[in-house]
Amino acid sequence: MSKKFIVNLMLGALMLTGLLQATGGVKDLTGAGATFPYPLYARWFDIYHNETGIQVNYQAIGSGGGIRQLLNKTVDFGGTDAFMNDRELAKSPENPILHFPTCLGAVVITYNIPGNPELKLTPKVISGIFLGKITRWNDPKLVQLNPEVKLPSQKIVVVHRSDGSGTTFVFSDYLSKVSKEWARRVGKGKSLRWPVGLGGKGNPGVAGLIKQISGSIGYVELAFAEKNNLPYASIKNKHGKFIKPTLKSISLAAKVNIPPDTRVSITDTEAPEGYPIASFTWIIFYREQNYGKRSYERAKELINLFWWMIHQGQQYNEDLLYGKLPAPVIKTAEKIIKSATYNGKPILR
Amino acid sequence: MKGKRAFKLSLIIAVLIVAIIFFAAAISLTLGSLPALKEFGWKFFFSKEWDPVSDRFGALPFLVGTLLTSFLALIISLPLSLSISILLGEYMKNGRFSSTVKSLVDLIAAVPSVIYGFWGLEVLVPFVRNLEIKFGIVPYGVGIFTASLILSFMIIPNTASLAREVIELVPGDLKEAAYSLGATRYEVIKKVTLPYARSGILAGILLSLGRALGETMAVTMVIGNNNNIPKNLFYPANTMASVIANEFTEATGDIYYSSLIAIGFALFLVTALFGILGRYIINKTTIKIAK
Repeated sequence: MSKKFIVNLMLGALMLTGLLQATGGVKDLTGAGATFPYPLYARWFDIYHNETGIQVNYQAIGSGGGIRQLLNKTVDFGGTDAFMNDRELAKSPENPILHFPTCLGAVVITYNIPGNPELKLTPKVISGIFLGKITRWNDPKLVQLNPEVKLPSQKIVVVHRSDGSGTTFVFSDYLSKVSKEWARRVGKGKSLRWPVGLGGKGNPGVAGLIKQISGSIGYVELAFAEKNNLPYASIKNKHGKFIKPTLKSISLAAKVNIPPDTRVSITDTEAPEGYPIASFTWIIFYREQNYGKRSYERAKELINLFWWMIHQGQQYNEDLLYGKLPAPVIKTAEKIIKSATYNGKPILR
Repeated sequence: MKGKRAFKLSLIIAVLIVAIIFFAAAISLTLGSLPALKEFGWKFFFSKEWDPVSDRFGALPFLVGTLLTSFLALIISLPLSLSISILLGEYMKNGRFSSTVKSLVDLIAAVPSVIYGFWGLEVLVPFVRNLEIKFGIVPYGVGIFTASLILSFMIIPNTASLAREVIELVPGDLKEAAYSLGATRYEVIKKVTLPYARSGILAGILLSLGRALGETMAVTMVIGNNNNIPKNLFYPANTMASVIANEFTEATGDIYYSSLIAIGFALFLVTALFGILGRYIINKTTIKIAK
């Protein structure tokens, strides 16, 4: 009796799954990668689920993990804060990996000095501090830039990220552009050989140390600094203007010529009103979507999602303190998404 | 009859699974670290450079960090855990006080390490910073010393529980014989109990050391995460476990990835080495009573 029941149950389940497959119902997509845009992606995918019924599972395991999982073909797409370099792209020679940006973020310099005034900093002073050459807050170079602020004679304690992170990549990318000595001695990367300072894990770790240590300075994401009311500095950009990091000034930083593959660093931007330590964050995926027994429906749903992200999705960016993509960048991203194929034929027309 | 054999077989299978997992872990660690070891050779373990930007890696700063924090923690915790075990094993074997302390000590081991890390960051770090200001050291607050303090507290139960148990196991006749010869309680503890329980106490210390070597979360939160060899005990540093926790997720380069696995391999070796060494010492120090 009971055996028969179980057999019936199993048969029923089999038929049910068969039915589901027959209708080609793709219900979920998977992605993995960058943690920085995770709050925005979580919001997006929630809204997208309500609108379309497609569930997108995004695991914020870090950009490096996202790249690795995409290369292992265990996810539909990856997310990364630093675009893949040519050497990394060469790991998939037969099926090229494409990038398109989803939003903009910025790195701000935050600190803990009496009164926490809004400081003005130049590239030279920032690199001097993080190289360990400017060691006291009342250094003449700092005093000269901020004559209206009473700077203490305290020692400067540098705080940086201890975990590998896109934030560190963007910050060191900027420093490598503005300081030859930084480029030679340290360079750019997600983890660095720091000349001085303490490491804190994640944005909260860095902010925690800065809040505790009087006289400290460090860098965190703009969204994090805003949410936690941390003070941050205006930074002199290439045009000689001191720019406060705002959602507007980081979007303006992207108003430069973007290459067709969007793999570009916009730190130290040429844009006159742009904040100099801003960056895109990217989605990565395979151009040819027919790989590893993927169905056409799955590929189609993925491309639809991408299209939604750079259009409808953009209206939610600023609520969550991420910069919107400027119109020319959206045009470039459209071209990239349209270039995706299934069996060599374009998926979107 | 059949049931007995099946039972024995299931025992063997369970043991085999454990053994296989152990060797599988060792093999995948070895294989994973091969690219780094090929690139840098044995110098990997003695080079102090850790530069992900130019792909040059050496494990020495982390080896030093791990050994310093672990042994410092052991030194700090030993008087505390030994006192607990002697008090509970000799003076107050029963009673409400004793059972309360016993469960408290066991509770220390049950608290997740991230909570110690958090407590360390919020309470211990400012405390150490104030000390450092008083002594005129750069007041980082975080560093080797703070990490050792947290560790020393976390490893107390490992030594204390085991040592108490072996102290309780010291045969009553031995102690009574000593008393009958006119020994005081202090003399019995010093001359009979402790020497007899020596190997068990050592085993407890070894367990503590194992925990200290591998502890990740709490250490990562309070050690300051600086990838250079620490200049002094108050300096920020990094341990093998904490550098892996910090950098693994974003390690994209092959050599970088492999170097982190090689650090894991080194940690595996160091732990195994102390384990074997400890076992040897325990065998040497066990008092054998002629029967």
